[in-house]
Amino acid sequence: MGAVPNKQGRFGAYGGRYVPETLMPALLELEEEYARAKKDRRFQSELAYYLKHYVGRPTSLYFAQRLTKRLGGAKIYLKREDLCHTGAHKINNAIGQGLLALRMKKPRIIAETGAGQHGVATATVAAMFGLQCEIYMGTEDMQRQALNVFRMRLLGSTVTGVDAGSRTLKDAISEAMRDWTTNIRTTHYILGSVLGAHPYPMMIRDFQAIIGRETRRQILAAEGRLPDCLIACVGGGSNAMGLFYAFIKDKKVKMIGVEAGGLGVASGKHAARFEGGKPGVLQGTMTYLLQDEDGQINLTHSVSAGLDYAAVGPEHSYLRDQGRASYTSVTDDEAMGAFDLLAREEGIMPALESAHAIAHAVKVAPTMKKSQILVVNLSGRGDKDVQQVAKMRGITL
Amino acid sequence: MTSRLDRTFAQLRQKGEQALIAYVMAGDPSLEVTEQLVVELERAGADIIELGVPFSDPIADGPVIQQAAERALRSGTSLRKILPMVTRLRTKTQIPLVLMAYYNNIHAFGPEWFCHEAVQAGVDGLIVPDMPPDEAGPLKGPAAAAGLQLIFLLAPTSTADRRKFVARQSQGFVYYVSLTGITGAKLLNVADVGKNVEKIRKVTQVPVAVGFGVATPEDAANVAAIADGVIVGSAIVKQIAAHQQKPDMVKQVAEFVRSLKTAMNASLAKVR
Repeated sequence: MGAVPNKQGRFGAYGGRYVPETLMPALLELEEEYARAKKDRRFQSELAYYLKHYVGRPTSLYFAQRLTKRLGGAKIYLKREDLCHTGAHKINNAIGQGLLALRMKKPRIIAETGAGQHGVATATVAAMFGLQCEIYMGTEDMQRQALNVFRMRLLGSTVTGVDAGSRTLKDAISEAMRDWTTNIRTTHYILGSVLGAHPYPMMIRDFQAIIGRETRRQILAAEGRLPDCLIACVGGGSNAMGLFYAFIKDKKVKMIGVEAGGLGVASGKHAARFEGGKPGVLQGTMTYLLQDEDGQINLTHSVSAGLDYAAVGPEHSYLRDQGRASYTSVTDDEAMGAFDLLAREEGIMPALESAHAIAHAVKVAPTMKKSQILVVNLSGRGDKDVQQVAKMRGITL
Repeated sequence: MTSRLDRTFAQLRQKGEQALIAYVMAGDPSLEVTEQLVVELERAGADIIELGVPFSDPIADGPVIQQAAERALRSGTSLRKILPMVTRLRTKTQIPLVLMAYYNNIHAFGPEWFCHEAVQAGVDGLIVPDMPPDEAGPLKGPAAAAGLQLIFLLAPTSTADRRKFVARQSQGFVYYVSLTGITGAKLLNVADVGKNVEKIRKVTQVPVAVGFGVATPEDAANVAAIADGVIVGSAIVKQIAAHQQKPDMVKQVAEFVRSLKTAMNASLAKVR
């Protein structure tokens, strides 16, 4: 496996730049600026400064002793991205791209959000850097993540509801792309996951790769060896790419991405792109998509807004084709069970997205030896989901 | 054999006219009506018809065309049904027909099979708004083999390098997007558009047509003064939507198209 992506932004057959011409010059400019920033020591030290003092990195790698005992197999470590400022890994990327927006002298930033975590992270960064900010969010997601909508507004951002299609993340991305097309000269689009046209999937992976670099160092310090298996949930797949990237060359480290199985893949109400989809082009990139035989994008379903999306990041499609990572799904119910389990065994409420990763760990850990090590990326905290969980249980708060 | 598109532009040039390129969303409200519309819009003065292929997630389109796509999808429209409609149309008209389709619809169909079938049906050109020439590799070979002309877009943001790169690959005409934005936005500055059209003409021989934001007969006349073709989309689609429930909808839309062409030709007379 050579380094990906190539100059055209291809991860093997996936990726690329499928966008209207109006956006092409901006993507090329962003690619060049990012390449310069990557080599610029001042940019890198500024980024490191904010990640340490503002985000609170490094986040801990926590040995989940009670969960390990309960499951009776591999030692389970949790990478605590839930402890980042704003409550999820999303801010790693938002800080990086916020600094890029400043470098490119764009006074306005926009973003899409599904669960609201990327929106909150972007609104936070906008406040801290003094940038004007507008966040697009599907109206269905605004309902189930009302708390995050309010948080973004408190931070001074405009939240614009998108009432098209499935009224979820996919439609928010389309609307953000339309805004970017219209306001390209003044605006930088902070895409929130390893999706979209080149250079986004590469750049966002790089900004999130700190998760894996820290994990590698921390597990070597704690156990003196690398883990046997990594598990992360995959919506677009930025937390998973962030964790996996530092381990790609360590062939003995197994990597598993967990998609949203919704009500079960057989029901058709899910977001399991690998199990239920095939390659195609959506929102700038070639990757696995949920689509019908005419190439129309299917509606998706997941209890977790952050995983409720019809496409997966192109590098995940590549890693799967290469056999380097494998992908599976868990259902809404399994994720809800994992949410409870982690809350009661470890006193940690995971985001419903991250609960999908925990749910798969619940299946895998007991099949592993007690001497083996399993790292689960706890990509976000569950506070934002408390209302949704209550509602699902018929409880009025 | 010269293509219908090339022939049409050449004939118009001889007459000193500009092409009116009328966009309709195929299947809005049904393919039967689209078939009638194409015939009537030609009679009303359209020189080229652009047929939109409805896609569930049209990132380059504003609300008017998004909603038209939703209506078309609800009526069960797909490429597999649009091509047979084109075949039927070809027994009635030889007007150049250009499909505007997002890449995933073509990808799902299979690029090679699509190019072959489209030309067999009588399609002349293809515009893929989310496929710049940089990504057109898989289409170029099959399109050339089948004789399907690939039309690429340029935008106000395009740099000099891209202008050359894109214009030189565009066949039939170059589609100049008049504004930084999505379809149906407001046309702002005709003088700026004119300057950019001149820059494009310096790097290519193919005609330059201007679209996005051309909404009124006055806009059409202004754009006709500076370009080889005038593309009107959202404004026509709006008429279709507004008169949808009325029995004389096709006639109403044709009247609107007639007013566009009349204005274009009137401004021509003034120039003379």
